[in-house]
Amino acid sequence: MTNLKQQAAVAQQQTADNQAPQETLVRVENLYKKFSISGDFLDQLKFKNGKFVREQEYVHAINGVNLEVKRGEALCVVGESGCGKSTVARTVMGLLSPTAGSIHYQGQRIDNLSDRQLMPYRRKMQMIFQNPYASLNPRMTIAETLMEPVALHNPQWSAAELRDKVHEVMFSVGIDPSWGERYPHEFSGGQRQRISIARALAVDPEFIVADEPISALDVSIQAQVLNLMMDAQESRNLTYLFITHDLSVVEHFGTRVAVMYLGTLCELAPTKALFATPRHPYTKALLSAIPRLEDDRPQHIKLKGEVPTPVNLPSGCVFHGRCPHADERCKRDIPQLIATSDGGQVACHAVEEGRI
Amino acid sequence: MTTLLEVKNLEVRFGLRSGEVKALRNINFTLERGERLGLVGESGAGKSVLGFSILNLISKPGYIADGEVLFEGRNLADLSAEELRNIRGNRISMIFQDPMMTLNPVLTIGEQMIECLMTHRKISKQDARTIALQKLQQVYIPSPEARLDQYPHELSGGMRQRVVIAIGLLMDPDIIIADEPTTALDVTIQAEIMELMLELCERNNVALILITHDLGVVSQVTQKTIVMYAGRIIEQGPTKEIINDAQHPYTQGLMNALPQMAVPGQRLNQIPGSMPPLQRIPTGCAFNPRCGYVLEVCKHNMPEFTQSGGCQVACHMVAEMKREEQAARMQEV
Amino acid sequence: MNDQSQILEAAPAAPSAWERMKDSNLWHSFSRDRVAQLSFAIFVAYAVLALFAPLLAPFDPYDVASIDIMDSEIAPSWAEEGDERFWLGTDAQGRDLWSTILYGTRVSLTIGLCAVALQAVLGICIGLCAGYFGGRIDSLLMRVADVQLSFSTMMVAIVVLAVFQAAFGTELYQQLAMFMLILVIGIAEWPQYARTIRASVLAEKKKEYVDAARVIGLRSPRIMFRHILPNTLSPILVISTVQVANAIISEASLSFLGLGMPVSEPSLGSLISSGFEYIFSGSWWITVIPGVILVGLVLVMNLLGDWLRDVLNPKLYKG
Repeated sequence: MTNLKQQAAVAQQQTADNQAPQETLVRVENLYKKFSISGDFLDQLKFKNGKFVREQEYVHAINGVNLEVKRGEALCVVGESGCGKSTVARTVMGLLSPTAGSIHYQGQRIDNLSDRQLMPYRRKMQMIFQNPYASLNPRMTIAETLMEPVALHNPQWSAAELRDKVHEVMFSVGIDPSWGERYPHEFSGGQRQRISIARALAVDPEFIVADEPISALDVSIQAQVLNLMMDAQESRNLTYLFITHDLSVVEHFGTRVAVMYLGTLCELAPTKALFATPRHPYTKALLSAIPRLEDDRPQHIKLKGEVPTPVNLPSGCVFHGRCPHADERCKRDIPQLIATSDGGQVACHAVEEGRI
Repeated sequence: MTTLLEVKNLEVRFGLRSGEVKALRNINFTLERGERLGLVGESGAGKSVLGFSILNLISKPGYIADGEVLFEGRNLADLSAEELRNIRGNRISMIFQDPMMTLNPVLTIGEQMIECLMTHRKISKQDARTIALQKLQQVYIPSPEARLDQYPHELSGGMRQRVVIAIGLLMDPDIIIADEPTTALDVTIQAEIMELMLELCERNNVALILITHDLGVVSQVTQKTIVMYAGRIIEQGPTKEIINDAQHPYTQGLMNALPQMAVPGQRLNQIPGSMPPLQRIPTGCAFNPRCGYVLEVCKHNMPEFTQSGGCQVACHMVAEMKREEQAARMQEV
Repeated sequence: MNDQSQILEAAPAAPSAWERMKDSNLWHSFSRDRVAQLSFAIFVAYAVLALFAPLLAPFDPYDVASIDIMDSEIAPSWAEEGDERFWLGTDAQGRDLWSTILYGTRVSLTIGLCAVALQAVLGICIGLCAGYFGGRIDSLLMRVADVQLSFSTMMVAIVVLAVFQAAFGTELYQQLAMFMLILVIGIAEWPQYARTIRASVLAEKKKEYVDAARVIGLRSPRIMFRHILPNTLSPILVISTVQVANAIISEASLSFLGLGMPVSEPSLGSLISSGFEYIFSGSWWITVIPGVILVGLVLVMNLLGDWLRDVLNPKLYKG
């Protein structure tokens, strides 16, 4: 185990050479999250074998995820619906508390802090949401929405200073500051997403979690928003944790990519390496499924069956039921992340054994 | 190939509180038997409205103001409700983005399929069940026997969409209109479903109208593509030509905006602005405020279609270029 | 940067509050719905009459000195044995019925509105807490609401008011009648609010703007009252109109049973009740006229509530 970790550390050191100097900003350690789906106490009582027993069922959304976000990078988490990627994002932001494991920000554990203790971190960590139609309060004007975080985190500022800050941040996302008196429904989806980004930027954070920020937008608007996020990253030296299901966006945007399946990390690699040589069978299938322009006949890797339910997780490797390379060991042992030669990590017995 | 469907000069309007708006203007296209057609555009371009109006299914406050939809030479607007229903169920079927729009949550898959078969054909329940089973096998649903007795909520999203496709195929239609059939699904499942539809259409010689915003899907599945913007067709032609050599600045912009068309880490080529709402479509070419090649004439005159290769393009700039080309050729002669 | 061209796409200046209202669905629907307009006009008329009762009433029914018992049971002025001084006649104690009705409407409306305000404050706070915090707090509060609902309003009110009357005497009760009625009706019906609010809070809580507010670091009370509450106003508005009508009816029923406003300070309900024993002796107007007034008031409130529900319920209006 320690040996593997050392290997990973060495591999990361090697890739560090061609990237910016790397300080770990956010560390997710051995994260577990399960949600009860059994309802309240009365629903949990079952009558079995002549006596009452209390039964609880859980959705296992995240099962032991380790992630490190380096300063200045855009770490993309990809996976299909139900793989736990959004849960990771929300747990990192403190919107959900982890069942087990911990979140660290610059070495300081933050998942067990009180609301008051979290305040300084709220200022450094912000979030952009998926649905531009739900992420803005319909009863507040844009200026009010943007003013709120600024005023909360800068209580000593005067009204004029607050207004200037709101104007500045609106201008920086390409929204005319004179539109501040309008309500969200008067804006298009793309503009709302800009405003949502402006709200996140308003407190000058250094780390932004973006939960599928462009998947609800049209193609031409997607490009605008992605560009805006890249501009912001450059001018403000932001670090992103970018959650998405769209691999073509990842290829463009990400520094490193983490692929998730059923609440576990399959593969984590620098973007280029991942797209050039995907290791994990699931990553390969995912990459082959991107609808690309120009090829008439797609060559998909077909996966057997369907994603199993996260209520009863498969034993061993969670992917074994659909994997073309699965063997007895895969059904039995949970694979650990091992370092690969190109600076990534992959959790697959077949790769480890050199079978693929 | 024979012409199966012809849309002529179609205009659809919506009577809104603020006045009438034209959701579709001047729509002309044909669909051959067995041909696969992609309708591409961003949200609000009118592609779904077009899909619905082909079947005369647009609901109030929308209505067909002008033009005709000819199915095998017969105008669908002239048909009686009975005949229209017959065509809708039997000859043209529709697949929606949300499978639950087609599936009734309180009936089993089998009941729905059998009921559908028995209303349209005079067959016994046993035969209907056999056909239903056969169709489920065609869409590669594992253990189809068991599925017949399951309710829609017991299936996953991908399976439901397969069932919907099976229901769409039930009456061996001539045309399937699929409105964003895979948008709600994951990429791997989307790929499977698209492949399945492609295979089924080819095998049964069914024509497909695929409504989507995803140019990648269109490029993989269709033979002909129509690009829509603000209720108008701005470019149509063979998919290959459009993908490889788009003429209209909007189509070009749309394709260049895809992340896969840019150098990783560099800025994407964005189209500025957003599509105008139907109430505020600018005069002239609807795209002119966002267009990088805008000419003076674009702001005043609606562009006509220009033939360019196999494509028809509604753009003044393309027309201009064609004229110059022709003039140059004339001089050479 | 292309962003600047985005700005240029600007539309005219932000509309004023008045323009926004004119553009809203509410106004649009109101301007077309005759029933809503008529109901609203009648309601406004009621409100004006009640508000300016001291100015409009020819007599002061609370002023015992001005009442002459000899004037009792005079028919309305249009009837044969009517008296020109009393347009709608007089009641058994010789009070001018028109004046008494004006004052009574005032009392009924005050009780209705105040009771509903109390219901709303209780119900909104409890519903917000239950919906927002969820879990045990939610279960506890909603069970309390269920228990409360399983007693009917009338039963609770009768028990409380009767016990109060018996314990502290009629004298004190009559002094505090209005206050007691507001309290009892207000407390008896808060679960209606709490349930409605809780349901909308649960729906709103799932929306991302609530998460965004939490990510900013806002405290729960601010999120609840500043962010969630304004978005649940539509159901509150709908339920309020219906609840005012209900409260007025509850008050009238209690008064009719003798547990409401004292005869010296009658509401519409106690007026109806006080005239009831004279209905067979031919003095129908003492009961019937206030009755018609009451029915009219409750009817327009309910019509307005129906209309509001139709407009504000997006499911119905999109359908």
